[in-house]
Amino acid sequence: MSTPYAKLPAWADYGLIPVINLFVAFVVAGFVVLLVGENPFRAAVILVEGAFGKGTGIAFTLFYATTFIFTGLSVAVAAHCGLFNIGTEGQAYIAGLGIAVVCLAFDSVLPWWLTFPLAIVASAVVGALWALIPAYLQAKRGSHIVITTIMFNFIAASIMVFLLVGPLKPAGSQAPQTRNFLAGAELPKLNWIIELFGAKIRSAPLNITFLLALIMAFLVWLLIWRTKLGYEMRTYGHSPKAARYAGISETRIIITAMMISGALAGMMALNPVMGDQHNVAIDFVSGAGFVGIAVALMGRLHPVGIVLAAILFGMLYQGGAELAFEMPAISRDMIVIIQGLVILFAGALEHMFRPYVQALFASFSPRSVGMEAVKGKGA
Amino acid sequence: MGVFIAIVQILDSTIRLSVPLLLACLAGLYSERAGIFDIGLEGKMLVGAFAGAAAASVFHSALLGLGMAILISVAFAMIHGFASITHRGNQIVSGVAINFIAAGSTIILGQAWFQQGGRTPALQPGERFDAIVWPGAEAVRDVPILGPIYSELISGHSILVYLAFLMVPFTWWVLFRTRFGLRLRAVGENPAAVDTAGISVAWLRYRALICTGVLTGVAGAYLSMVQNGGFVKDMTAGKGYIALAALIFAKWKPVNAMFACLLFGFLDALSIRLQGSPLPIIGKVPVQFMQALPYILTVILLAGFIGKAIPPRAGGVPYVKER
Repeated sequence: MSTPYAKLPAWADYGLIPVINLFVAFVVAGFVVLLVGENPFRAAVILVEGAFGKGTGIAFTLFYATTFIFTGLSVAVAAHCGLFNIGTEGQAYIAGLGIAVVCLAFDSVLPWWLTFPLAIVASAVVGALWALIPAYLQAKRGSHIVITTIMFNFIAASIMVFLLVGPLKPAGSQAPQTRNFLAGAELPKLNWIIELFGAKIRSAPLNITFLLALIMAFLVWLLIWRTKLGYEMRTYGHSPKAARYAGISETRIIITAMMISGALAGMMALNPVMGDQHNVAIDFVSGAGFVGIAVALMGRLHPVGIVLAAILFGMLYQGGAELAFEMPAISRDMIVIIQGLVILFAGALEHMFRPYVQALFASFSPRSVGMEAVKGKGA
Repeated sequence: MGVFIAIVQILDSTIRLSVPLLLACLAGLYSERAGIFDIGLEGKMLVGAFAGAAAASVFHSALLGLGMAILISVAFAMIHGFASITHRGNQIVSGVAINFIAAGSTIILGQAWFQQGGRTPALQPGERFDAIVWPGAEAVRDVPILGPIYSELISGHSILVYLAFLMVPFTWWVLFRTRFGLRLRAVGENPAAVDTAGISVAWLRYRALICTGVLTGVAGAYLSMVQNGGFVKDMTAGKGYIALAALIFAKWKPVNAMFACLLFGFLDALSIRLQGSPLPIIGKVPVQFMQALPYILTVILLAGFIGKAIPPRAGGVPYVKER
């Protein structure tokens, strides 16, 4: 992709511009709050306090963040390869099936530390396989990955509804979900880490998957910037033509990238399913896959950025719940608006403020934007 | 005779169900033919539905509702244009953003303004588009075969239904018989050539998006002011995506689009009708399978097994003027 824009210093590119974009997104969100008839500043205070004010709040924030780290990484890995995986939602949803099979089979036999690795593998494999078909169709038949992954989201939803109201539902139960897992499929909580700092936690679902998410973030960084495969993926993402010329197999790189992306999406399901609800229920992903798009864009596709962005969205989710409690006019759907605005300003309009920032930099020091200072002419 | 009546009823609901798809699909046709991918059909329909129902119930006028639906929907289309034409942003990202903003804001504003859990007040007669009974429809109802067809299938729909189907030849005429249409198609295939001819690529694409906004607005208004008599949250329920699928299925052609939408509408009508009752030969088909069928068919089509779907060549690529 050739950008028609000049270069900026790295700190401005990765720090300043995202912050400006984010700021604008929140200002617009503030106007929506105003439109609803509430005070946006008070809303912001309640939101932040709800997310970080108490130990329980922090634990919930990190629990949501865990989910978003996975989906954010999933979107980012595909994006580095120039693919827009909008199917994270469906891949995570269908991966619940893999987890359900492992948990229902082993939860009475094995301890959690044996069920967990099996479930990780199952979720990753199922997620990867669900991404494989769109990837294959993109690579071999040229069908647009965005459209196929959207279609696969709907197909996944249909399959899961079919299974959860039918075969997977225990006899005599009304709720469309699997039976509750036994202790062998319940993940240990991590709340004690926050309690070390002296905060009290009533009950929060923060669990060991959080650590898995951080490990995955590190592995993704390793993959993208420190391996040959990652280099090939980035090459293909920048210029498919150059990649072809360099002898990189298009089919292989697309399919590999999408399967890794799908596997990361699939692992997301571990967090709510084994860490919190202890069953697989209808719509347990509830839009987290789409949040991943916002998280990945905001984190500039870098694992560190993604972890930070995921925590920010975790904060919005947790704080948003508190907000809905304090200001009945603002329900949790406010987050959906913020999410949309973040995607708009940090994604689609990411270059909107760039020319102004560039002009500003150029007026201070032409060198910083890669221009030679020309005497007498001005930058 | 019972079977015949049942078929007519299924076809009748096919028409009702395919109208929003058809309008949204034609909307997508304008923008995609001009080289702008539009994942945001869903969101624009949703804001259209909300604005339509809200305005109709506040101003007690169906026409004002329709106008507002179109206005807001066009405004959202312009956001898409601002991001993807003026600022050359990623069109898919922009579309996704619009869907989220639409989904969230309709619920939040609906709750704040009407306090009915995200619904708008139920529309009264005169605030919604009523069915138009064609002359003689009641008189011929008892005539065998032709009677039910005339009185059920052809007569008794709202004006928007007829409008939607009239839009098909109209769109064909605009795209293939007018100068604007020729240029619109050219800008979706080779914007540089259009630019060389001295025509503004950006302005042309903006105009295409205005057409898109108008049609998604009407589609939304149909959902909330004809089909439902009020706005319910998330009432588009993936119809924008089915319309997108239909557009691909139709290979970006207006008349094909109509048939694709009728097919998907028919599948929907059939799955509602069959709900749980067994089919001859095949046996009982799960409802979920019927609901997933449009998506499955689209994937199969995209895979190139039912003839190849070739999108407009410049689709999704922001135009950068050479300098």
